[in-house]
Amino acid sequence: MARLKLVPFLQAAPLTLILVVFLLLPMGALIVVSFFDYDSVQIIPAFEFTNYTDALGSAVTWDTYLNTIRYTVIVWAVTTVLGFTVAYVLAFEIRSRTTQMVLFLICTVPFLTSNIIRMISWIPFLGREGLLNSTLIKLGLIHQPLEFLLFSDFAVVLAYTHLYTLFMVTPIFNSMMRIDRRLLEAALDGGAGWWRTLTSVIIPLSKSGIAIGSIFVVTMVMGDFITVRLMSGGQSASVGLMISNQISSLQYPAACANAVVLLAVVLLMIAAILRIVDIRKEL
Amino acid sequence: MAAAKLRRFVLLGVLGLFILFLYGPTLTILVLSFQGPDGGLTFPMNGFSLHWFHRLFETQAVGDFGGSLTRSFLLATMVMAATVVVSLAAGMAFRRRFRGSGALFTLTVASLIIPSILVSLGVGLLFNALGLDPDWYSSAFGAQLTWTLPFGLLIMFAVFNRFNRSWEEAARDQGATPWQSFRHVVLPIIAPSVIGIALFGFTLSYDEFARTLLTAGSDNTLPLEIFGMTTSVTTPVLYALGTLTTLFSFVVILGSLVIVRLLAARRAM
Repeated sequence: MARLKLVPFLQAAPLTLILVVFLLLPMGALIVVSFFDYDSVQIIPAFEFTNYTDALGSAVTWDTYLNTIRYTVIVWAVTTVLGFTVAYVLAFEIRSRTTQMVLFLICTVPFLTSNIIRMISWIPFLGREGLLNSTLIKLGLIHQPLEFLLFSDFAVVLAYTHLYTLFMVTPIFNSMMRIDRRLLEAALDGGAGWWRTLTSVIIPLSKSGIAIGSIFVVTMVMGDFITVRLMSGGQSASVGLMISNQISSLQYPAACANAVVLLAVVLLMIAAILRIVDIRKEL
Repeated sequence: MAAAKLRRFVLLGVLGLFILFLYGPTLTILVLSFQGPDGGLTFPMNGFSLHWFHRLFETQAVGDFGGSLTRSFLLATMVMAATVVVSLAAGMAFRRRFRGSGALFTLTVASLIIPSILVSLGVGLLFNALGLDPDWYSSAFGAQLTWTLPFGLLIMFAVFNRFNRSWEEAARDQGATPWQSFRHVVLPIIAPSVIGIALFGFTLSYDEFARTLLTAGSDNTLPLEIFGMTTSVTTPVLYALGTLTTLFSFVVILGSLVIVRLLAARRAM
């Protein structure tokens, strides 16, 4: 019997070991180094709060956070509405089970392909001489190419939407597939119209899916640096980009302090989402 | 009734547009990667050729394409194998409550939501502090596992939540050892999901950028190489590379789907 009790521990040991070595210890290292001192050539072990006071005392940091949060809110709103709609169509408008699964796969497969390539693929579409501009000019709608399409906030939000809507579609679709169809019939029989059924039955029962999708989208946008760098053409800032720039200039302690602050902010945002919606029943 | 029809039409239209939005840009670069030798990064097509694919395989044209592809492939295979074994074992463990299971679950979820660049930076610092050189097969391997393992474990949860334990009990009643019941009863039933975990492990590693950035050491993986190209290369050679890697991903995905179908067909017999 004693041997049987050991089995779960042995089975869980590899996962525990990997997460301790490659997640817990690295986060510890981040926190330790965030208190270190540094100059232009080396980092110096110390225990001081300078990196934090520097980071939090600088207007640039605050602006960068505000800009990142602005991206997060916009992208969250867009991906929630779009992801919910797509999940709704897949779950309730497609009647054939096979078609449903095929369309669901089509909507999720891009998740398994390269994000960078998917970002690059907007260039021929949005560029000065891109498809969109040349079409609009041909149609006579505009005379000058629109400059804001590529390398702008618009491009950044578009790319985020393109990359991350899948993270909304999948959990919301999952929640919707668990809704007992008899509830919808009951709502219809009770005289509720389509809109009333949507707002009083479907949305409340999809909440946990929306929450899981939101956690994914919020954490990915908050920590992103590559999309902002590629799609804004270096014209916009984000917290992740600021950290990555500090790393490139070897200011590791400063980068670590910013990383710790970012981690705290992201965890607070997730705690807020979890306070509003209980997702435990989904797991 | 007319309103309902119109609504259905609009909703299906949204789905169609969404799929176009998902795939349209990728199809554009697929077409543009066949630009003629004098063609540029945008339309119109200036002839039609395989020129840029040839350029891709000349080492001087871009960085180390062959080397980074090999490394990415090996790394993805390693991550795939580790993800399957480790999440399968952990998934079995989580079927029972054990001391620390709650904490381990929290840690796994944390692994999913901690921004990638922090993991990358942290692992880089840790290796540095331990006096180890970061390399794609050590530090990058571990950093990528923190991204693939949570997905693997969540898939295992989904599987075991719907798993009918009476099959196992029947095996035990017939005198099967725990290993025999795992090998001959549990594993065949969950095989399609295990293929799914393998697919996630492989493709997520193959495309991973942020977690590899500060952990890959001196040799680039393919996504790092591609990122380097975005700032220096201004020819359709970039699209040729995009086309090739995307096609490769699709081959891997379709291959997994075929295996899952075959497994299902075999079970139906």
